This record gives sequence, structure tokens and C-alpha cells, in this order.
Amino acid sequence: MGTKEINISIKEIETEIGNIKDLRFSVGRLAQETWDEPQGPTPFPSMSTLRNWDLTLLNRYKPFYLPFCDLCCLCTFGKCDLTGDKKGACGITMPGQQSRIVLLAACIGAATHTSHARELVTHLIEEFGADTRLDPGGLNIKVEAPITRLVCGMKPETLGDLEMVLDYSEQQITQLLACTHTGQEGNPVDLESKVMHTGMIDHLSMEVADIAQISSYDLPKADPNAPLVDIGFGSVDTTRPVILVIGHNVPPSVEIMDYMQDNELIGDIEVTGICCTGIDMTRYSSKAKIIGPISWQIRYIRSGIPDIIVVDEQCIRTDVLDEARALKIPVIATSGKNCLGLTDRTGDPPEEIIDDLVSGKIDGALIMNPGEVGVVAVRTAMQIAPKRKKKKSGIFLSPAEALEMAKECTQCRECRRACPNDIHIPDALKAFSRGEPAMLTGIYESCVGCIRCESACPQEIPIHSLIVAAGEDTLRNESFKLRAGRGAIQDIEIRQVGGPIVLGEIPGIVAFVGCANYPKGGNELAEMAIEFANRRFIVCTSGCAAMTIGMYRDEDGKSPYEVYSGTFEAGAIVNVGSCVSNAHISGAAVKIASIFARRNLRGNYAEIADYVYNRVGAVGVAWGAMSQKAVSIAAGFWRLGIPVIVGPHGTKYRRMLLGRSDHDEDWYVDDTRTGEKVYVGPVPEHLFIAVETKEEAMVMIAKLSMRPNDTSRGRALKLTHYIDLHRRLLGAMPTDIHRFVRMEADIPITMKEDIVAILKEKDWKETVIPDPTLLPEKEAFP
Amino acid sequence: MSQEAWLTAEVAGPKKASLITKPEIADAMIRRAKRPIFVVGSIAAEIDLEEKKLIDYVIAMAKRYNIQVVATGNTNNEFLKRGFTPDAVMPAVDIGNRLTDPRWQGVDGKGPHDLAIFVGLPYQMGWTILSGLKNFAPNLKTISLDNVYQPNARWSFSNISIKNWIMNLEAILVNRED
Repeated sequence: MGTKEINISIKEIETEIGNIKDLRFSVGRLAQETWDEPQGPTPFPSMSTLRNWDLTLLNRYKPFYLPFCDLCCLCTFGKCDLTGDKKGACGITMPGQQSRIVLLAACIGAATHTSHARELVTHLIEEFGADTRLDPGGLNIKVEAPITRLVCGMKPETLGDLEMVLDYSEQQITQLLACTHTGQEGNPVDLESKVMHTGMIDHLSMEVADIAQISSYDLPKADPNAPLVDIGFGSVDTTRPVILVIGHNVPPSVEIMDYMQDNELIGDIEVTGICCTGIDMTRYSSKAKIIGPISWQIRYIRSGIPDIIVVDEQCIRTDVLDEARALKIPVIATSGKNCLGLTDRTGDPPEEIIDDLVSGKIDGALIMNPGEVGVVAVRTAMQIAPKRKKKKSGIFLSPAEALEMAKECTQCRECRRACPNDIHIPDALKAFSRGEPAMLTGIYESCVGCIRCESACPQEIPIHSLIVAAGEDTLRNESFKLRAGRGAIQDIEIRQVGGPIVLGEIPGIVAFVGCANYPKGGNELAEMAIEFANRRFIVCTSGCAAMTIGMYRDEDGKSPYEVYSGTFEAGAIVNVGSCVSNAHISGAAVKIASIFARRNLRGNYAEIADYVYNRVGAVGVAWGAMSQKAVSIAAGFWRLGIPVIVGPHGTKYRRMLLGRSDHDEDWYVDDTRTGEKVYVGPVPEHLFIAVETKEEAMVMIAKLSMRPNDTSRGRALKLTHYIDLHRRLLGAMPTDIHRFVRMEADIPITMKEDIVAILKEKDWKETVIPDPTLLPEKEAFP
Repeated sequence: MSQEAWLTAEVAGPKKASLITKPEIADAMIRRAKRPIFVVGSIAAEIDLEEKKLIDYVIAMAKRYNIQVVATGNTNNEFLKRGFTPDAVMPAVDIGNRLTDPRWQGVDGKGPHDLAIFVGLPYQMGWTILSGLKNFAPNLKTISLDNVYQPNARWSFSNISIKNWIMNLEAILVNRED
């Protein structure tokens, strides 16, 4: 857009009212209009502007509430029992309360990304200047910020422009959060609409964060061939000083690597990362290494290998300082959002802080200046590493130690009852104590590293350490290649796949995103990604899911990123980057509408969402979704009409958004060509659904890829995948095929006989393929 | 015997499942039901009950009590391997959702179900779906036949041993034969 902040400063002026000195005033920002696309109907929408679109979706996908708590304890009227049709003292009902909690979670998620974006943008403006040009893809990207264009109706050109977007996000989140106060919104459907608004804001802020860091730090710019980087415990040279960075906000890590570069220390020190900071570090420098997703924190810290830990924000264990202290690993906290109780040493001479950390005088320090963090972290690691050699040499429990500890187990089962995945820990410990380690070794693969088992153990057995000791060989061999996060999708890539996606000839885009709370270990996720890449879907991934997919080896010892293309095309596995890079996935869907279909993006949310919903066969899968951020990310996809599948833990998100395939009346669209209402079947059948197993997830992905706009050729292809997976993984033909066949040409030729028989039995009738829309006539046919 | 959730932190609200203290209780519930339905999750095929798997008991009960069966997850495969065809295959939350709809005419279209018997779902998934039914399906009775206490069911075993569980399941089958 190009905006200019107007600051007027008057040194001295003589007026009738007197002599005025040093007068300064600002008139905020004035837009410099450089974008000729006409403004759409909803720039900077308020939380009720897009309510009609939300209600349209929610009318199809009604919440199925799964109360995770029957009580409300948010005010001093309570606790209130809301069971069944009871109401709270404020009048709230159980559905209202569940939606309210979902909104709260979504606000936490969106606030977290927005706050992250604000911290990044503020830092980058200080570092590089507000006039720094946004450049997320060089000549390959003209639509630089699809979500911002769509939501705000503005075309940001500089870092400074992004501040206006964040002003809007912050204002919206404040208002949305206010809706959860006692005596505010209590209508469940309106609360759900606000959840969707929160999700949209979340994607906006994520986009801001990522294009800001890509542009300023020169991270891969929509590069399908971003370098392959190291991931895994086994990739670390433990003889060198090792720095571990955990979290999401990359500036401290950048400063660490810059300091090393400036002082010719690259190669002398290992910089390793866990969670999204790890991903973003490797986008900045391919010399950095990723250890693994969020669940690797405890096992890596307890290995004793890191000589210093630097934490920034989000998804960091809150007991990181306790864990580090036990192994004399100093900790540097770098964000006001996560001070860890440490003394603020920002601005102190680095030498003094380093001396205090190396001598053990202090456990850690809060340093909120990334540049200072770079100096202190590197020099502390170098000085302390020689002193910590012993701590790093015997990194795991010895077999004898582990055996003795296992023998302490009384089989009380408290560990299993604390385990989120109900893992049979007591049986494994019993077998281990008899000299049979296989079961405990097997648990290493499925343990999510929460260490609730240890908290529960009355014998104080360090159960997680025992599991890791049993899995030591696996852990040491974790050395894989991950393609560094490429960032956005190029305009040319969208042009090339837009047609086949919209016509259904590329069967779908499936995005594996989110956290690592996997029900049965991470391999399931990698196997799903490979399955759909082999089926010529476009597979996208980000964050912990991207890491997990990388930590898998095929028979030739290669990770999926070494086998599959990183181009946004059929049969690819595309790592867009960290959590905030998720905006490039929703952005790609939006760009299909803009670049391929030439729809106006500008402030035109409902029309674009209607386009995406009816035409772009995209599905999100958050197999290990755990966090509040996962809610807001999912909600941003829902509002665009993109369904999201979660693993079995996902029912704890308190409600699903489910369609009813048996309610024919729910599945009509308007045909913009004829104005007629046309039955299109339940496509996509659900907007948010938890499934139980990997097999069920794969069938669901194929099913939810269908869209009303699919051509017959496209629908036949999608049905082939759906039926084939259903037969192979669930053992039989699906019984709902008749709902997805619109005309005989939709039937896959190789399955014709079987399907025709089913259609006859179901009294199937042919229908037409419309030019579909859910928007009211005045909006759809202007 | 206690009403203590299997996963320690998953405490329920004020309304908690009554305990199935003896197999006759479950037997009576099932006998009284006019339109019972089994919701069978993927773990049913994983749990060893001496020579049998849990799913084998489900099949035996479904046949003897004439209970319709919904296979969730990928459980259908396991049923088919045993020569038993479930009445429906659908995600657990989908069947849960339909059971809250008083107008839904059941998997066979012949009328609403009045009893849902849950077995073999991942614990927390069962917990949350049963919570949905507890709160939003007032006319539906629910039983959990897992060997862990499901506080949101109408009736549930407490946390019992495998041996005790087998004894109960066998007894339910025997009662029916009588």
C-alpha cells in the first residue's frame, strides 16, 4: 500500500497566543495508494462483518459439543454446573460455554502469533528501518501478502506498512477476547462466528510475521530448492560447544549465528534448535541444526549435550530451568513473555554476565536484547563447554543404573494413568527389569516427552530417562535431512496448478501441520505424507509436523525431503517453514482464486472464501495438535472453507464441526449459471473432525478433498483415491459412494461395475455439475 | 471399586457414571433396550483377553443380543477378518453426533437408538464423546464395557483387572444364554 507517517516538528513559532517552542505532532499514517484493484466490500472487517458467511458455514457444519469439563469456573458466581440443560449463574448454557472456551483458546493462539509478529516487526524496523521493502519471493511473487490483501484490502510494501496490519489484529483480538467476559456473548453460534474471525486474524498475523522475517533476514524466498539441512540428535558433533535454542522467535538465534560469522566461529560451535526456532534458524543458515519437534526437549536437555540453552517464546517447557540446572546448563531467557524468574541483565556488560554464567554464580539470565544474547550465548558456550565435558560424556543412564531403577517399580500403574497416550509403561518396566528391553525401547517411539509419568511415580523413578536409555540407539541414529522452509508459494506455481486443482485433476492439497502430540509416534505422520505424495496430491507441511516428516527414513536411508520435490506441484512434499509459515498454505489457496481465477482479492473475503470452499480441494491435518495456536490456525482454515482433521486427542478441543451426509437438504448450492439450486452431495462432508487412527485419517483426507466444482474427470480421480483407500484400510467399499457421484462420467472406469451396482441399490439419480456458490444472490451475482 | 477415572486427571463433573458392580446390571440394561447399538473402536482388536481379543466378545454379544454394530477407526477390517459385517462404518464423532439427534432413525433407519454401548475407543476419545452424549442426548442410555471407568457413561465398570473383565464379559454372555 505504501503508507507514510507524518511527523511535524516546529522548533520555535511566535503566535498571537504566545511563543511556542519544540512543538511536535504526528498525524498518524497517510496511505499512498499504489494499487489499482478496486476496494472490495469488507476491508478491515469487524468481528461481525463476515458473520453471514460464518453462519452459512455453521448452518452446514453444526457443532457437536464434547464438554471437557461440565463446570464453568471463570467467575466468582461459580463453579456452575452446566450439565445437560442447566444454566450457569450468568445464564450461560453448556453449548455457549464450550464455544466460549474455544473462542478463548483461539484468542490465546491468535494473540500469541500476533504478539510474536509485533515483536519481530518492531525489532526488524529497529534493525533495518521501516522503509525496508517486503520481498517474500523476488520476481516470482507479485501477490506478496495474499491474506493481508484479502482481509485488510491493502497491499503492504514495507515493514512499516505491516504495523498497520498488526494494529488491526491487536484491536480485533482485544474485542474478541472481551466477548468471552461474563455477561457478553452467550449465543453458541455467534461465539463460533467469532472463533472464525479469530482464526482469520491469526492467519493475517502469521503472514505478517513470516514475510517480515523472510524479507529482512533473507530467508528462502519461495524457493522450492531451499537447502537440505540436518535434523536429529545424531547430527550434532558433541565434541564441540553446543548451543540449544528453543521456541519460535528467531532474532536471538540470528544474532548468535551472526556473532559466530563475524568472529569466524562457524564450524567451531554447534547451534541446535528445537521447535519452530529450529526451523527458522535453518532458513537463515544451513549450518544450524534441528534436534526435533517440541517433544524432544527433555530428552535432549537430559542428554547433557547442550552447553547453554537460549529460550525465546512459545512451546517451551516451563520447567526448562529446573531441568537445565540439574546438569549445570545455563539458561538465557530472551523475551518479556517468558522471563523464567531470572534477573534482568539486559544492558549489563557481556563479560560480567558470561563470568556469572560460567562460574555458576547464576543459573541463567534474562537478556532482552538479541544482539547481547548473541555475544553472551556464544562466548558462554565456548567457555563452559570444557568444564562440562564430564556431564556430556556419560549422557544416558548406564544399563546397570537403568536396570536398578526399573526394579524399584511397584506396578502401581500411576505412570500409565498419567500418560496421555495410555502407554503400558508398567508392563515395559517389568519386562525391562527381567532383562527384556524391547518393550521399553518400543515406547521411545511413541512417547511424547511430557514426563507426566515421572510426576506421578511415587517411587520417583525417572521414567522418561529410562525410556530414553532404552531407546538410546534409536536416538543416536537420528540424523536426517529436512528441506529448509521455503516460505511462500510462487505465483507461477499457482498458475501451473490452479487449473488442475480447481477442476479436480490434482486430487487435492493436503497440509500436515501442527504440534507433536501424536497418538502413536511420529512415523504415522510421515507415512501419511508419503502416501498422499505418491497419490499425486500436493503435500504441504510446516512446524513440528514438517520436522516429524523429516525424521523418517525409507529403505534407502533417505528422508522424504530427499525423495520428493519441494515445488508446489502434484506429488511434492513442500515444507513452507515454521508455525507462522502456515499463512502461506492458506495464502496459496487464496492465490488460486486471485491468480488463476482472477477474482479480486482486495477486501473481498466472503467471495474468495466461497471460491476456495467450492473449488479448492484442500484439507488440513493436525495429527498431533495440542496447543491453543492449533485452534486459531484451524479456525483460519475453517473460515476459508478448508476442512481440518485432527488426531484422537483433538476431541479435547471441545467440539467438532460436522456435516450430516444424510441430510440432503444441507447440500444444495446455487448454480451461478442458472440461478437454480443444485444438490452437490456432502462435499466436503465435515469442517472439523477428530479421527481415531492413521488409516481412518487417510480415508478422510481423500474424502474431504472432493468439491462441488470438480469436473467429472477430477471427481473420478478423487473417488478412485477415496474408494481405494477405504477398501485397503477399512476393508470394504464405502457405503456412501452414491452421494459423491453426480453423473455416470464421475464413476472411475476401473470400478464401474461395483459402483453402478451400488448406485442401483441406492436409487441414485443423476444431477448436474453447477458453477457453485453459497453466497446470497446479491453477493454472488453482482 | 471406585468412581475414579482411569486417566487420573480426567475427573468428570457432578454427574458421573454408576458402577457396573456385577454383570447382571449390564445384562439387564441390554435386555431392556429396544434399539441398542454397539460403538466399537480400534483398540477392541488390540486388547488380548487370554485366548480371545475384545472384539471377539463384541461379536459374540452383538450376535446373541441382536445389537447393531458401528465400527469406528479402522475396526471394520478386524470385524471382516472374523467374518462379521458391522451395520455401519463411520468416525466415532460422527456416530456420537447422530446419537444426539432425536430425529435420527438409527443405522438401519428404523428408529432412534435407546442404548449405546461403547467399547475399544482411545480412552479420552471415549471420555469426550460420552460427555457429549451425557449432556446432549438425554433420552439415550450409555454403557462403557471397557475395563476402565468412563465417568461420562451412564454405566461403567470401575478400573478392573483383565481377569475380572473377562469374567464379567463371559457372565454377560452366559446370562443371555439363560
